Amino acid sequence: MARIVVDPITRIEGHLRIEAEVKNGKISKAYSSCTMWRGVERIILGRDPRDAWAFTQRICGVCTTVHAFASIRAVEDALGIDVPPLAQAFRNLIIATQYVHDHTMHFYHLHALDWVNVPNALKADPKKTSELAQQISDWPHSSPGYFKDLKAKLLKFVESGQLGIFANAYWDHPAYKLPPEVNLLAVAHYLEALDWQRHIIRIHAFLGGKNPHPNFLVGGVPMSVNLSSPSVINTEVLSVIKTHVDAAREFVEKVYIPDLLAVASFYKEWARYGAGVGNYLAYGELPEGKTSDIESLFLPRGAILNKDLSKVYDVDPKDPEQVQEAVAHSWYEYKQNKDLLHPFEGETEPKYTGPEPPYDYLNVDGKYSWLKAPRWRGHSMEVGPLARMLVAYAKGHPSVKEKVDFALKKLNVPATALFSTLGRTAARGIETWVVAEYLTDIYDRIISLIKAGNTSTFNNTKWDPKTWPKEAKGFGYMEAPRGALGHWVTIRDGKIAHYQIVVPSTWNGGPRDAKGQPGPYEAALEGTPIHDPEAPLEILRTIHSFDPCMACAAHIYDPSGREIVTVKIR
Amino acid sequence: MQALKDADGRVGVGFLDDRISRREFLKFCGRIAVLLGLSETFIPQIAEAIEKTVKNRRPSVIWLEFQDCAGNTESFTRANSPSVGQAVLESISLDYHETLMAAAGHRAEKAREIALEENKGKVIVVVEGSIPTKDNGVYCCIGGKTALQIIKEVEPYALVFVAVGTCAAFGGLPKANPNPTGAVAVEDVVRSKPVINVPGCPANPDVLMGILVHYLVFGRLPDLDAQKRPLFAYGKRIHDTCERRPHFDAGQYVLSFDDYGARQGYCLYKVGCKGPETYNICASWRWNLGASWPVKAGHPCLGCSEKDFWDRFTPFYERIPLISGFGVEGRADQWGKVAVGLAGAGIIGHAIYTGLVRKAEKKAEEIAEQEEKQASESSEG
Repeated sequence: MARIVVDPITRIEGHLRIEAEVKNGKISKAYSSCTMWRGVERIILGRDPRDAWAFTQRICGVCTTVHAFASIRAVEDALGIDVPPLAQAFRNLIIATQYVHDHTMHFYHLHALDWVNVPNALKADPKKTSELAQQISDWPHSSPGYFKDLKAKLLKFVESGQLGIFANAYWDHPAYKLPPEVNLLAVAHYLEALDWQRHIIRIHAFLGGKNPHPNFLVGGVPMSVNLSSPSVINTEVLSVIKTHVDAAREFVEKVYIPDLLAVASFYKEWARYGAGVGNYLAYGELPEGKTSDIESLFLPRGAILNKDLSKVYDVDPKDPEQVQEAVAHSWYEYKQNKDLLHPFEGETEPKYTGPEPPYDYLNVDGKYSWLKAPRWRGHSMEVGPLARMLVAYAKGHPSVKEKVDFALKKLNVPATALFSTLGRTAARGIETWVVAEYLTDIYDRIISLIKAGNTSTFNNTKWDPKTWPKEAKGFGYMEAPRGALGHWVTIRDGKIAHYQIVVPSTWNGGPRDAKGQPGPYEAALEGTPIHDPEAPLEILRTIHSFDPCMACAAHIYDPSGREIVTVKIR
Repeated sequence: MQALKDADGRVGVGFLDDRISRREFLKFCGRIAVLLGLSETFIPQIAEAIEKTVKNRRPSVIWLEFQDCAGNTESFTRANSPSVGQAVLESISLDYHETLMAAAGHRAEKAREIALEENKGKVIVVVEGSIPTKDNGVYCCIGGKTALQIIKEVEPYALVFVAVGTCAAFGGLPKANPNPTGAVAVEDVVRSKPVINVPGCPANPDVLMGILVHYLVFGRLPDLDAQKRPLFAYGKRIHDTCERRPHFDAGQYVLSFDDYGARQGYCLYKVGCKGPETYNICASWRWNLGASWPVKAGHPCLGCSEKDFWDRFTPFYERIPLISGFGVEGRADQWGKVAVGLAGAGIIGHAIYTGLVRKAEKKAEEIAEQEEKQASESSEG
């Protein structure tokens, strides 16, 4: 039996380590470990709840905005603040832009190199590449000359001998199956997407000042609308935003989706691997009404167990019996004698018991990660685009149903193919498509609200801490691109008294619990064939299909505020 | 300047092998000149320095991520010019970057080792994120080694450390009270090599390119202030370059978000703007291809490029607290007077900056035309 260690897992956010046991050419057991911790929730204790969004936003710069919104919603929920309809619409525009931007970048810049062989693109015939490009899409950058120039540029780069970010990868691995022309096409779009994303993210800059880390506000959004002022959101700014909305949608429809289907058609065997726990959880996103109006969510809330799409369970994150976290295999210690704690009661004390660095292997029988293990009604749950698309599909969401069925038909695979590495990657694309269409809708709604004179962007009735109750508790949901995110806050005497965050990559990347139930990454890797333990490309494919974000995943809070226990080094 | 030709006799070995791109390349050099506060007469020198580097060997850049959020990496991908695609393929050799590199696991670590050995003493080491020191640094491990062990291992091979983002430059969020992991900045750990701080949460991506070009053109690193920040980007206060400044001077303030003043774009000082205490280039360069910046978008400046801003500048929505000297209102009056003097000294606001960029780009076009003319004459001859 061979033990594979992949550390660092690259092309993700943050620091993730996978240890896997390989028996008869297949992974028998896998262990997921997050190796970085900052203590953000501890840092925000005692601070002004209106500042919390800025602190928590810095948990992650890849999925920037998501913690800010979850935090703002938690504080608004605690204090009973509803935001004006135009502010809600602007927030939805920002969130939808984030989905389209982040998913597309994930596909091209974080995930593609698991499937696309860059050096092999040098064998491509530019003319044939052009024919292929024009066959699958009417995207204009598709002439033979375009691909010829690109190939020459790539050749020059490779001949320089300085391969930079493309150096020392698994390019000779037989699991790369794309014809050279598809590889060249994908390299072209890798570069185009890199440029495209710089433009469409300007929507965040117009509405929040910059990206990464735009600015937001408890009670609404910071910018005002005044069609008679050159200094705030006016017709000119709105029309520029519209050009970016259109460009965002066009790229998804003409580049991302055709590429996704083209690449997927060569890797259909990956519909057999990587299913994982088969349980899916979504809090839902894009509230069309009030934030608390769960029925108004464009992407619905719900849970699915054991891949059974005929039943979607109701989810209430405030119910102490539903969302809970375990630390049996995490470098923390519960003072209460319980296996699982709900976030409102959550307590965490870091207690590193891992090997002294530098180390070769973790002790996976004991504690082995900075992530806790979240559970829903005791189940290990997958979150993210696949979970959201499955919940929406099971609930009969028209746009999701239409696009999922289209993709399945196009690839000629059954619906069960969704429960896999390939299905997860496809679901992300499908969701991007659904949300790219939504971008147009939400932009139109913003315009009609302004037309109707609904230009208020801020509710100031509860801005002053004197208006707050002595103690208040709130929950803020957010479907981050990577999945269900929740912030639970307790405000006491105008300050943050307790704060707990349960993050998508903690759901997906967490370790085993006291019962030995593996987390979704760990379960998804079991049974995956490994061609060469020295070049475990297969591990990257499945792990990247989840789009890990480890900076988000690792954080803790200590309710007593006392010193962290001295670490035991063995 | 002699125009360069490739094997097919086409002009230009800039970012792409054709004439139009040669133009774009020269325009980029023009923008870099403005960014560094240089006259447009430097355009040919900048172009030559970059070309020389590209022709010989692109500088090796190792990008280390520790207690970070990858916000600076993301910011880097949104750089104005050149785009990161251009930078990665054509002006630097990004030999290690966890978030972007194809290799993983020990192959990734090997790639770093190879790059260090091949470029000993010449490696530009970019660090993103703080370094935890408490409990032997167990709070950040990569490939089984602590951040501290890695940075010490890399130090002998480095030419310079560029601490990008407030976490690497000053400790940032992890270092905020009570600093649970004993997080420190790069300069607290690196002893034998120069450190340049590029703070900001995230840092403005164009500053990185500015530092690199400055080094290529002048053969030395740019001038720094006492906090090791390059003066070309951190030499002026937000308050002195802010487009809302006239409203400050006129006593016109936003008192509550979305009030009358907010809808007119008045000054945000009274809702907590930290612009008067913050040195950065946001107001001039703006963000995301010049789209906007926080104050323009209606939110007070958080002061995110300043040391310990998470503790010193919070609560964010309160007016700047007493720091030293005079009271807040008194300071406001003082600022008014100071500003008049500064205006005379030449404040580079966004409008002026944009004007300079246009001028430099025009100059670049002229140079490109001259080169094309020369090239066609020499081919005829």
